[in-house]
Amino acid sequence: MKRTIIYAKKAGMFLFYMVLFAVAGLQILPLIWLLFFSLKNNHEVFNTPLFSLPSPPRWENYVKVWVEGDIGRYFFNSLWITTVSVVFTVLLASFVTFAITRMNWKLKHVVLGLFMVGLMIPIHSTLIPLFNFFMKVKLIDHPMSIVLTNIGFNLPITIMILLGFYNALPRELEESAIMDGCSVHRMFFQVILPMTSPVIVTTTIINMIYNWNEFVFVNTFINSDEYKTLTVGIQNFIGQYTTDWGAIGATLMISVLPVLILFFFLSNKIMEGITAGAIKG
Amino acid sequence: MDKVMSDKRVIALYVLPALLLIVILVYIPIIMTGYYSLMKWDGIGERTFIALDNYRQLLKDNMFWKSVYHSFLLAVFSVFSLGGYLVVSLILAGKVKGANILRKIYLIPMLLSSVAIAQLWLRIYHPSNGMLNQLLSFLGVEDTPNWLADPSIVLYSVFIPIIWQYAGFYILIYYAALKNIPSSIIEAAIIDGANPWQLAYKIKLPLIAGVIKVTVVLAVVGSLKYFDLIYVMTGGGPDGASEVIASYMYQKAFRSFNFGYGSAIAFSLLILCIAATWLIRKLTHTEEEVQY
Repeated sequence: MKRTIIYAKKAGMFLFYMVLFAVAGLQILPLIWLLFFSLKNNHEVFNTPLFSLPSPPRWENYVKVWVEGDIGRYFFNSLWITTVSVVFTVLLASFVTFAITRMNWKLKHVVLGLFMVGLMIPIHSTLIPLFNFFMKVKLIDHPMSIVLTNIGFNLPITIMILLGFYNALPRELEESAIMDGCSVHRMFFQVILPMTSPVIVTTTIINMIYNWNEFVFVNTFINSDEYKTLTVGIQNFIGQYTTDWGAIGATLMISVLPVLILFFFLSNKIMEGITAGAIKG
Repeated sequence: MDKVMSDKRVIALYVLPALLLIVILVYIPIIMTGYYSLMKWDGIGERTFIALDNYRQLLKDNMFWKSVYHSFLLAVFSVFSLGGYLVVSLILAGKVKGANILRKIYLIPMLLSSVAIAQLWLRIYHPSNGMLNQLLSFLGVEDTPNWLADPSIVLYSVFIPIIWQYAGFYILIYYAALKNIPSSIIEAAIIDGANPWQLAYKIKLPLIAGVIKVTVVLAVVGSLKYFDLIYVMTGGGPDGASEVIASYMYQKAFRSFNFGYGSAIAFSLLILCIAATWLIRKLTHTEEEVQY
């Protein structure tokens, strides 16, 4: 009797592991396939077995896509737009969160509420007026439009994540700093900001991922190739090369590689950030 | 201390930049969308006030209701898939070795842009050379479906990459919530003779009810406003078979240049999202969150 229970338990565990591994396999399989076909030429893609190793690996796909397809330019645009957006988002959000959690003013709850409600707003419901607005101020087809919308729409979630951390910070340090005659600005930059570095890392990562993958705004506001980011650039590029699977694969790999590499090094932080966003909310 | 921390100028300095940005880029546009929805406008020329005509037209617009139906289907699927994620998380949060690595693997698709995912799955769904149909033929299936060109299955075909993208996200959240349950409670329950099913259903789930509620709202609202992937994969086609609210709005505004009508759709979407959030919160309201 006891033995059957032990067998049942082991069978159960085995089954569980099978389920877990199956899910993991399904998550990864498409990406492995992508990696493989990015390194093959069309003939190989169509005629060799599905998961055969590319041999030889056709690195020229990547070179062609970077040079001919101008992916390099899109990559660079994504890079600087993301960086600028993230820096300002985290900075401005830190300012606001500090003011809300530490300073005394009557409207603080209203303002906080305003930011939190912003979380619910579907960005597509703002596209048309924003498009019109940017046309009027001549920011259409200008990267600033993307930077601004990136910041504006990511402020709520950033503030939300920062809020939990700021609320948990002990206040003794600030109090003694003020007693010692420190100005608010100095205190913020030299005391608070360093103390919040863990959550700053988290929010930076979250914002980086969101901004790097941003599509709708770029697609709507940017027309010329010069300012397109990777997300929209892939679209057009693949539109041109619909039959060259190797090139398509290489393009996709190039666009996902930065975030994947980031994940490889910072996976724990990233996971922390994502849960912080959802649970503390 | 109090005086320093009440300095109005400092407060203004710290709050205004972010506040201005969100008001100008989010709140004013929302109001403008409502305003434009009362106009007839092609985006370039004159605006003519036509009051609720756009909405009257919307009510009679079959394609609009079709897109709403599709968005709702998506929301329903998403909520059901949450159940699957819960099951996986429950298993994962048990005595499983390597839970950390598994979680990371599950999360990977979430890091990719919707565009990249859409393009990848366009290849996977390719009728002859795609990963899926090649696998199916290998297994002996003869008439492999045309996943994206067949109007009767395209919506479901599009749904799979969406699950693939978000599974890791929800599993991560549920796992963290489950891990937050004090082990003393679990141990007490086991000592009292609870078997794994009872443990999961009667103890763990109620304790993470708050988190489940949050994910339901996220899944529903996320589905209602979903755009990127569908736009890139099918553009709403074939023939509107996979059109959702946001993609229909985009098409009407930026392809047909009917900004007034597009705004009406966009405003309806906003109302829908707010209503859905409110409704779900109301329906799942418990007098008090379970305290432990």
